[in-house]
Amino acid sequence: MSERRGPRAQSLIALCVAGVVLFNFPLLAVWGQGATVFGLPLLPVALFGIWAALIAILAWVSERGGG
Amino acid sequence: MSPVLVLGACAGYLLVLFLVAAWSDRRAAEGRSVIDSALVYALSWGVYCTAWTYFGSVGRAATGGVWFLPIYLGPMLAMLVAWIVLRKMVRIAHTYRITSIADFIAGRYGKSPGLAALVTLITVIGIVPYIALQLKAVEAGYIVLTGRGDEDAVGWLGDGTFYVALSLATFAIIFGTRHLDVAERHEGMVAAIAFESIVKLVAFLAVGAFVTWGLFGGMSDIWARAGEVPKLAGLMQLGGPGFDHAQWFAMTVLSAFSVLLLPRQFQVMVVECVNERHVRRAAWLFPAYLLLINVFVLPIAIGGLLLLGAGGDPETFVLSLPLTQGAPGLALLAYLGGLSAATGMLIVETVAVSTMVCNDLVMPALLRLGRLGDGDLTRIILNVRRAAIVAVLMLGYLYFHVAGEAYALVSIGLISFAAVAQFAPSLLGGIYWRGGTRVGAIAGLVAGFAVWAWTLMLPSVAKSGWIADDFVAHGPFGIGLLAPEQLFGLTGLDSLTHSLFWSMLANVGLYVGLSLARAPSAREASQALLFVDVFRRPGAEPVFWRGRARLDDLRALAARFLGPARAEALFDEHAAEVGVPVPDLVADARLVDRVERQIAGAVGTASARVLVASVAQEEPLSVEDVLEILDESSQLRGYARALESATVELRDANEALKSLDELKDDFMSSVTHELRTPLTSIRALSEVMRDTPDIEPAERDEFLRIIVSETERLGRLVNQVLDLAKIESGHAEWHNTDVDLRAVIQDAARAVSELFRERGARLDLSLPDAVPTIRADADRLTQVMLNLLSNAAKFVPDVDGRVEVRLRSEADALVVEVHDNGPGVPQPDQATVFEKFRQGGDAQTRPPGTGLGLPISRQIVDHLGGRMWLESEPGRGACFAFRLPLQPGGNENELQGADS
Repeated sequence: MSERRGPRAQSLIALCVAGVVLFNFPLLAVWGQGATVFGLPLLPVALFGIWAALIAILAWVSERGGG
Repeated sequence: MSPVLVLGACAGYLLVLFLVAAWSDRRAAEGRSVIDSALVYALSWGVYCTAWTYFGSVGRAATGGVWFLPIYLGPMLAMLVAWIVLRKMVRIAHTYRITSIADFIAGRYGKSPGLAALVTLITVIGIVPYIALQLKAVEAGYIVLTGRGDEDAVGWLGDGTFYVALSLATFAIIFGTRHLDVAERHEGMVAAIAFESIVKLVAFLAVGAFVTWGLFGGMSDIWARAGEVPKLAGLMQLGGPGFDHAQWFAMTVLSAFSVLLLPRQFQVMVVECVNERHVRRAAWLFPAYLLLINVFVLPIAIGGLLLLGAGGDPETFVLSLPLTQGAPGLALLAYLGGLSAATGMLIVETVAVSTMVCNDLVMPALLRLGRLGDGDLTRIILNVRRAAIVAVLMLGYLYFHVAGEAYALVSIGLISFAAVAQFAPSLLGGIYWRGGTRVGAIAGLVAGFAVWAWTLMLPSVAKSGWIADDFVAHGPFGIGLLAPEQLFGLTGLDSLTHSLFWSMLANVGLYVGLSLARAPSAREASQALLFVDVFRRPGAEPVFWRGRARLDDLRALAARFLGPARAEALFDEHAAEVGVPVPDLVADARLVDRVERQIAGAVGTASARVLVASVAQEEPLSVEDVLEILDESSQLRGYARALESATVELRDANEALKSLDELKDDFMSSVTHELRTPLTSIRALSEVMRDTPDIEPAERDEFLRIIVSETERLGRLVNQVLDLAKIESGHAEWHNTDVDLRAVIQDAARAVSELFRERGARLDLSLPDAVPTIRADADRLTQVMLNLLSNAAKFVPDVDGRVEVRLRSEADALVVEVHDNGPGVPQPDQATVFEKFRQGGDAQTRPPGTGLGLPISRQIVDHLGGRMWLESEPGRGACFAFRLPLQPGGNENELQGADS
């Protein structure tokens, strides 16, 4: 699928695998221990944080190289 | 709040929706599409967020904490690979005019009508309850806002929800089926959906901000106060080892499939895609949208539990919080947001499902019954679609009324997700695995759907109390192994994960197993190639069709299903591409394929196949034929590529010849000029002497001296031109011997000593005691030295001119430098001194010479495998240098050849 410019398939698949790992057991159990950050519970903060980070990386991978 | 106000706001909102759609349709007609943008495309994907998520997320969060999230994390994960998977689906759908998910799957497996009908049935059964859920949300919100139920409603006619359904049917008919579009694209509808996505986002964020900062002192304040209530404090943790990780994972996977496979998602993502490049940006804009709309779910849920207590229904916190806390306007906005979430889903889902019902259930039945007549069918097709829209919506409305208060609606969103997830193996497998066959796909779908119905659908119906629920607990006829929620005794999974596991096991197992067990037919194999390799043959797909068709039959068929105008345009276009007038067109495979694809856009892939087969005499293809056609087409492509590169080479050669030709012209005009100058002076002086008998003897001697000198110059010039031509063409004679370069330099220095004496300049030689000999033509090297030395002599100053020749030996070469203390060569001229007839200085000041000495010298050095160059800084003299390799490597053969 190299006939047009776009994000590299390998990067996208790696990112997807990373997302699956970060959002699921056993890492999920790490986020869900009941700790708090800035007065907020860690679990939702971690999930939203990972989510935002994945979007940011996807945006960066997709938009670099212009077009 | 008064019902009139709420109903008025709803009516106003729907009116705005109509206006947005109408405006967008008009813009599209003017050629200024509003939906041709990645942002609008991504916003239209927001149709994923229905009323179920708009109201239900908060409800889920109030009872399960972060459990509302997997429904959105799955799409995030799917979007990470959207550029790979979704773009391929878009490319396939656009290339083969696929307009629905049923068409897509049926098209992949040999355009099977049975498969298309099967997919359509699964979709309708799985989706109708979901549609009912949206209507229920509209009604539930209305009850919360107005504070009264529908006890005062008089049957259907007094029910506001009924009118919402009716107006949505009207909207879907106007903007979904106004004309028969082969691309099945609906600008107005998509623009309206994007608009709805904005409305629901803004409304939800407004409520979230109101709760977080209006009712509380920010998010940490909400958590701090929740921490004081023991029941809420546990909500934000996983709850130890009891956390159901399997269900979490199952819901993530389920929603990742659903975001691609739900009919409405397929409609907005694949069918309505204007430009596949938009996928790249929309793939990250859409998860960002999902993240935004979810940021305030937890604050609203916890805030609602804190303020309204257990008495309030968490599903309506979005409405009841602003309503009870003194912001009724915000509550109305929130209701419109929920309405937009519900209507967006209803519109797109009904348009998508009605396309399937029309193309894959009704049209095949009508075709089989032969009830269509011979006239223009576009109107009939459109009316079938319209009827299907109304039917689907009314089916949903009926379901909502019958099952309105029942358990079935609560979990119906996930049950629908699990139904469409059955399409995943045959669809996603089909675009990456060539081996998948029709039999495998049908068996997998039937088995997966049956298991889904038995393990998920029926128990939910039983729990609603419509059928006896004995079988859920004890199995049918008391057979415990077949109990729907503990199939074969499997316990420890929740019912959703349990159902997903068994249905996917059956689905994937049969799909892969039967695909491997039985070879595909030729048509399945050819379709598999077209789908899996869609990126390999852009614009040059092979056509797997052999047979005979009559042009008139094809035209009549196209006119019936596309309308006369569009059919005519289709044939005109093809004629223009082929280069013959329409009446002379040959109904070859490519034309047949083209007509079939266009008709497929109108009535679906499977029906189009049947229709074309009905007017053509087709040869059945074998798998060998398919491979042969593929081979031919790749050969053709190979020829085309070879031809293209040959053309490029020819063009390059032509360019090279042209520039050589120009060089030759330049050279000729320079030579002519150089010859004419001495000739002119010879002629002029001779004429003077002829016409003046009494010329002074001294003057006559001077004239004769000039004539002799000019003649010599002419002779030299002619010799040099011939010399250069010979060297350049490779015809020069080379007498190579072992040459001592020191001797060559000394000989040359002796030859020019007279010249230097005349110029009053000094020539210094700085030579090592001994240097290795080199294999070269001594006379030619002497010529090079003479050229360089006489050139240097020309440019040294009149007083105290000095030229130094240095010879040094390097590891593998000898280097000769000729330094002068003249003015040097200006920077701009340095590049051109080795070109023919380029002499230093301008015409007035430059010393006499032919302008060929340096080019010839360089040619000689080049021929000997060496290199000649110039180093000069203005004011500090010039240094011409050359370097000769001791072992002429590359030119070895040439030199040997020249020896003989």
